[in-house]
Amino acid sequence: MSTQPTAKETFDADTAAKAKELMARYPQSRSALLPMLHLVQSVQGFVSQEGVAFCAQQLGLSEAEVSAVVTFYTMYKRKPCGEHLVSVCTNTLCAALGGDAIYRTLQEHLGDDGKPLAHEETAGTPGEPGSITLEHAECLAACDLAPVLQVNYEYYDKQTPESAVELADALRRGEKPQPSRGAPLGDFKSAELQLAGFFPEDEESYRSQVDGPSQAPETLIGARIAQDRGWTAPVMEDAPLPEVESK
Amino acid sequence: MSDPLTPVLTKRWLSPNSWRLSTYEQLEGYTALRKALRGTPEQLVQLVKDSGLRGRGGAGFPAGVKWSFMPPNEDKPHYLVINADEGEPGTCKDIPLMMADPHSLVEGCVIAAYAMRSHHCFIYVRGEALHPYRRLNAAVREAYRAGYLGTDILGSGFDLDITVHAGAGAYICGEETALLDSLEGRRGQPRLKPPFPAAAGLYAAPTTVNNVETIASVPFIVNGGADWFRKMGRERSPGPKIYSISGHVENPGQYEAPLGTTLRELLDLCGGMKDGIPLKFWTPGGSSTPMFTAEHLDIPLDFEGAAEAGSMLGTTAVQVFNETVSVPWAVMKWTQFYEHESCGKCTPCREGTYWLAQILERMVEGRGTAEDIDTLLDVCDNILGRSFCALGDGAVSPITSGIKYFRDEFLALCESNKRELVGAQA
Repeated sequence: MSTQPTAKETFDADTAAKAKELMARYPQSRSALLPMLHLVQSVQGFVSQEGVAFCAQQLGLSEAEVSAVVTFYTMYKRKPCGEHLVSVCTNTLCAALGGDAIYRTLQEHLGDDGKPLAHEETAGTPGEPGSITLEHAECLAACDLAPVLQVNYEYYDKQTPESAVELADALRRGEKPQPSRGAPLGDFKSAELQLAGFFPEDEESYRSQVDGPSQAPETLIGARIAQDRGWTAPVMEDAPLPEVESK
Repeated sequence: MSDPLTPVLTKRWLSPNSWRLSTYEQLEGYTALRKALRGTPEQLVQLVKDSGLRGRGGAGFPAGVKWSFMPPNEDKPHYLVINADEGEPGTCKDIPLMMADPHSLVEGCVIAAYAMRSHHCFIYVRGEALHPYRRLNAAVREAYRAGYLGTDILGSGFDLDITVHAGAGAYICGEETALLDSLEGRRGQPRLKPPFPAAAGLYAAPTTVNNVETIASVPFIVNGGADWFRKMGRERSPGPKIYSISGHVENPGQYEAPLGTTLRELLDLCGGMKDGIPLKFWTPGGSSTPMFTAEHLDIPLDFEGAAEAGSMLGTTAVQVFNETVSVPWAVMKWTQFYEHESCGKCTPCREGTYWLAQILERMVEGRGTAEDIDTLLDVCDNILGRSFCALGDGAVSPITSGIKYFRDEFLALCESNKRELVGAQA
């Protein structure tokens, strides 16, 4: 007999209720699989075999069907993650501007006994405070702010190897430096809960997350130049909808 | 002639708390929806056709024509799906848009759904885009409370629900049929077309998939009219467009300008090349669009202009690289990206991207031969047009264009092997 915990032991009634809520959001329940896998990660910090079984049970799928989906998507982690997930963009543009150097520096800085940390490896004990899983990421869609990295999918823009090491050290000490753009930093699991579509219920923390900064100078530069120089789109005049024969 | 910059989509971004409903309503927000709901779906489809709005996700298909493919009856539910899976290397426009002005997307969704007789809209947001996803969820929540979503919207009798859905890290899900499979809870692999989504899309029901920037443009077109929209841009590529300038320029960022703006004009706006180091190569619209060089500074960046010069407009993700960057290295990095993101469904792309990456890696390490260049082009030839979806076509773009303009640089990497080759031939 297996001594592995079963899905029922790992995932409590609250998680099961959330899974049901996800299924209700879609005309067909299977559409809830991706958010449900985010939910599973919010509980365990990765998608375990029990997590796969949990989703399969909820959705009436086989474990093979769920595993096929899990292994397709890079955001589903198959090994326990650290308190924080640090993703460094090493796609061409960020890499040319220093992303490769940032990633290499973090690999060495977070490695043990001179052995650099490999992709998706964790410094510290997974799940423990201050532990960091490091990965190289594809283009994170913040190219005007290159080189970028994310911690738990919040943006830290215009990084250098030095600033990234400082950030990693702060995370290891248990601090949570404010992202350049994003909500006040939480942990990997809480980010995953949000990606499953569950947000803080008390209004104050919800607002503080939603209102976290987003507008870097680069984001606004075009609109700002236009404002300064008096450039605008043509003025709108009242325009009725076109006449067409109704079918 | 319009001004060099024409902020439409990006104008509200300057307002404090631009993402909140209260700000949006103070700045003409949801006025287009009221106007749209007084009209008929047919009128809105005609308006978008008249405006000439072309898809902003890369392919540039006329949005109104796409909408008109939806069946007029409602035998099956109709779905509107928003592609917010921004991930094409260099592309960074939808993410700031969803953060700064999520209600423009929500309002566009309601208008578009009304025009296509859809009562359920899904916004598929890239998983790594947590803050935009959060802002969109908040906007949808506000819109429900204010009666812009839900049942009997603004007393019109029209009902719409929006579900904001997070992806999980797969570039291929930006391909519309792969996105639909992913949204159905499957591996994100593209589907054979036809049937096109308008005939059999999400849950095999009529579906339209539109990009974020496309749909966020719709409220402005409803308010301003087709003629107003056509005052910007060019005849066949009208309207304003968010050009995302990144890389070796003094002031990278988001510049919303009329379609057809040139790189020379954009460089002027962003303060020129960083530290005055000359331009070497650039992409007009992401890594899947063949690269350009300093020879192409005056190409009008619209759908026709980019195509006539041998590339594509793509997502107007203008990545600028100066003389310090090695083209073979950049091409190798992009190829490694396509190798990683190839979904594995079809052989040319799955196998081809692996071979391409291997060859480029050894060339960059100085272990290449001149023959490798031919092998690269041969493999590219077997991927382009022979893959299941456009990912394969995109994967060969950096390689073929890189070799076209910078063959000498690839050859230079093989210098160390040259003597051996000559000796072997002698």
